[in-house]
Amino acid sequence: MGSFINASIGKKFLVSISGLFLISFLAVHLTVNLFLLAGQESYNLVAHFMATDRVISFLEPMLAVGFLLHIAYSVILTISNQKARPQKFAEVDTSRSSSWPSQNMFVLGGLILAFLVLHLSNFWYVMQFGEMDYIMYDGIAVKDAYTLVTGKFVIWYHVLAYVAGAVFLGFHLLHGFQSSFLTLGLYNKKWRRRLEIIGILYTIFIAAGFSLIPLYFLIGHYAG
Amino acid sequence: MEFKLKIWRQKDARSQGRFVDYSITGVTGNMSFLEMLDYLNKTLIEKGDDPVAYEHDCREGICGSCALYINGRAHGPADEIATCEVRMRLFKDGETIVVEPWRAKSFPVIKDLIADRQALDKIMQAGGFISVNAGSAPEANSIPVSRESADDAFDAAICIGCGACVAACKNSSAMLFVAAKVSHLALLPQGRKEARKRALAMVAKMDELGFGSCTNTTACETECPKGISMTHIARLNREFLLSGFQT
Ligand code: SF4
Ligand code: FES
Repeated sequence: MGSFINASIGKKFLVSISGLFLISFLAVHLTVNLFLLAGQESYNLVAHFMATDRVISFLEPMLAVGFLLHIAYSVILTISNQKARPQKFAEVDTSRSSSWPSQNMFVLGGLILAFLVLHLSNFWYVMQFGEMDYIMYDGIAVKDAYTLVTGKFVIWYHVLAYVAGAVFLGFHLLHGFQSSFLTLGLYNKKWRRRLEIIGILYTIFIAAGFSLIPLYFLIGHYAG
Repeated sequence: MEFKLKIWRQKDARSQGRFVDYSITGVTGNMSFLEMLDYLNKTLIEKGDDPVAYEHDCREGICGSCALYINGRAHGPADEIATCEVRMRLFKDGETIVVEPWRAKSFPVIKDLIADRQALDKIMQAGGFISVNAGSAPEANSIPVSRESADDAFDAAICIGCGACVAACKNSSAMLFVAAKVSHLALLPQGRKEARKRALAMVAKMDELGFGSCTNTTACETECPKGISMTHIARLNREFLLSGFQT
């Protein structure tokens, strides 16, 4: 086990597997968000389910572990990669050889992390520890998450932050999706192109979904 | 044709290097990049200057020694050829051409444009072989190899060990080189037996020698003069990750 974790490919394995876990979480998260479009009651009930379901409450700390592993091992690998070329090239031209996201995964990751801090303090922290209004549905008191969320989505700078977060995430996924499979060795001549296409479609689904929902509320607010 | 050259000059491994500007005229489009450097060196020698040191041998893209980083790209402006195969007609007349050695912690520059690439040999010594009992060569057809495996293995075997993958990689990773070697041997029955053990040993050596780790940017694949594919890196990852299950 020690030699596995000490090896570069072992560390990459952890970044990749945690990345795929986070990637699948995004789909769940976006699905929950889509209930915002279905109205207050639907969204509040889904949010209530997410907050109280046994399986979900087991997965929540796993998610934190996933983030921590992904971040910690990316930092470790990036530091050692930086050290691998003490004297830089005077001129570097990667325009033909690799995509911009693939060259900037660490920066994109940092931007996503910054967004995540903002996002967690906006919603997650308030829902866990803040003062929330309750609404009764069929005799059960449910936190009014809908009002909290949509209240933010009518303020332009919050929406801007959410759209920016979705764009950073999109670029990160554009490389991260297929890269995760490559690192796991689940990649060959036949699957290369397929993974690229699936990755692009998934990225569009996630980035468009996460940015269009706040924009929908913002536009709805101003259009009356 | 005429060019302005910015060439890295460095006296020895311990000295600080720097770029020196040269102007060169009378170059023809059919000259190879190395012939252009020879031509420059002729004028330098005639003036009593120290000629630019660079590595070369076969001059036909098979030995991997002509390791030059030209205008920000390993082996210069074209894909799937080595520096020695680059013709001057690929450059614009009057262009400024920046020439550097490979730069990586594991490839120390020993003079001008020559980086010491012995680290790649050390990785080979760690596992890039098959263990056989010495003796007379066995009968060629006694071990059947499928056509597909033979072709795939050959695609990996054409790696010339130039190190362009390391130079092109933002992490100075040698993964494409190691992947080519591991893939080549893993695809053939003679090398299959030790494939996972080999992957472990070669990756451990690569890490130990200070190469970075691969982040799958694909820069290596594009700059590799032999077009070694990322799919070989995937195979190396598989061999490595399954090495714990080696029987
Ligand atoms: S994989 Fe390609 S770039 Fe790397 S050493 Fe082999 S031939 Fe050169
Ligand atoms: S000199 Fe042999 S490959 Fe270029």
